[in-house]
Amino acid sequence: MRRVYLDNAATTPLLPEVREAMMPFLGEVFGNPSSLHSWGDPAREAVETARVQVAGLIGAQVEEIIFTGSGTESNNFAIKGLAMANQKKGNHIIISAVEHFSVLHSARTLEKLGFQVSEVPVDKYGTVDPDDVRRRIRKDTILVSVMHANGEIGTIEPIKEIAKITKEMNIPLHTDAVATAGTIPVNVKELGVDALSLAGNQFYGPKGVGALWVRRGVRIMPLLDGGIQEGGKRAGTENVPAIVGLGKAAELATANMDARIKLLTALRDRLITQLPAKIDHVVITGHPQKRLPGHASFCIEFIEGESMLMWLNMQGVAVSSGSACTSRALKASHVLIASGLSHELAQGSLLFTFGIDSTVEDVDYILEVLPPIVTRLRQMSPLYAKFEKAGKGVR
Amino acid sequence: MPVYSQKVMDHFMNPRNVGEIENPDGIGEEGNPVCGDMMTFYIKVKDNRLEDVKFQTFGCGAAIAVSSMVSEMAKGRTLEEALKITPQSVANELEGLPKNKFHCSNLGAQALHKAIEDYLEKQKKGVQA
Repeated sequence: MRRVYLDNAATTPLLPEVREAMMPFLGEVFGNPSSLHSWGDPAREAVETARVQVAGLIGAQVEEIIFTGSGTESNNFAIKGLAMANQKKGNHIIISAVEHFSVLHSARTLEKLGFQVSEVPVDKYGTVDPDDVRRRIRKDTILVSVMHANGEIGTIEPIKEIAKITKEMNIPLHTDAVATAGTIPVNVKELGVDALSLAGNQFYGPKGVGALWVRRGVRIMPLLDGGIQEGGKRAGTENVPAIVGLGKAAELATANMDARIKLLTALRDRLITQLPAKIDHVVITGHPQKRLPGHASFCIEFIEGESMLMWLNMQGVAVSSGSACTSRALKASHVLIASGLSHELAQGSLLFTFGIDSTVEDVDYILEVLPPIVTRLRQMSPLYAKFEKAGKGVR
Repeated sequence: MPVYSQKVMDHFMNPRNVGEIENPDGIGEEGNPVCGDMMTFYIKVKDNRLEDVKFQTFGCGAAIAVSSMVSEMAKGRTLEEALKITPQSVANELEGLPKNKFHCSNLGAQALHKAIEDYLEKQKKGVQA
């Protein structure tokens, strides 16, 4: 059976070159980077090389990169660390309604500790209006965090415009760039942000490693106290193989970004234009143009995501969904609901995320296997039966 | 994929009694799209027995399998027997359901009971008229 992996937003595969770069550090080069002897030296040098590579990916100063254990840790660190460090100036933070749970739930934790959180709404494409951020800024606002792009609907947010506002008001701006760093050009100076999160498994690096970039001069409180690893900002013995892999992946992403974007954009656009031609009553979620290159997301009316996922999996296809039934919490994606979709429609969410191994044949395979699945599920859907009788949609 | 039993997978892939009955004797709806699953059951009753049972379901794999199983368990039974079908007995027949799916997706028995109540209600009115 054909196997088609279109869930690169969950994780990309590890590139063979990245694995090769990591191998020595899972073997003979086992020293602790903090050790001052010839076992520690090569490990330390490897970590510092990776720091240069990651800094290069986002146009940052090398010493501003802090390695972490994941994108989630980077976001927790940014939200909690920046808020805690600026507590004396105020206790109000602003985030968008479509942030990843690692930002959203960090903000919720801060609320329990006495901080106040304002959520900026989004339009039907999931886009934040910078003026909505401006309107929420108060005298005691100490942090704004808006993601660079949304992993569920692919929408790229106007970070530069938001940064102009926060800079004017002298408030630190963090962006969760987990979906963009290593995928599209990300330059911290051009974006004008003060802190930025990224993760290795989003651009063919290993899982369990990420980085937080914090502009020099911006104060942040560590989450992990201990030794003086990562400039004292993130204690704990470094995950050297993973950091080396992250660095290598960053180097390869920098070198191959244009070619990757070209490939991914072509595949995305083929699916986005052809799927609605094959299946009636399909809504594209996220922004039609300002979206991640390999990201095609839809809601298929009258049917539910998990059922589609199960059928697609039986046909060898891996995708994901924001439906309530597919989430462990049994709640529809907050991103889809914040974008104004009804619960019925959000239930039909399907997300295809292409990777550098994806092909045109993969797209055509989807176009072949998905329509009969949709027909089959609609034939047993009470919502579809009602629609056919009434002659109108459920939206 | 969720960890579904072989029985659930079988009913999901080959659901029994899907569809709508024309001029049914009773209709029962259960669930709402916010929690993700909706089921409609249609019944035809003859001599106090469920002569035919059909369903339509919007929902996850578990919801579809539950509906199919309920229809199979109910068909040919007396109304009293059918009213004894419970979410637990459906889950047992399906060789178990994942914990988080038990409440949300296991609505088939309730939908069937509503269809039977609908039938009984109509009968009462019919007798009165």
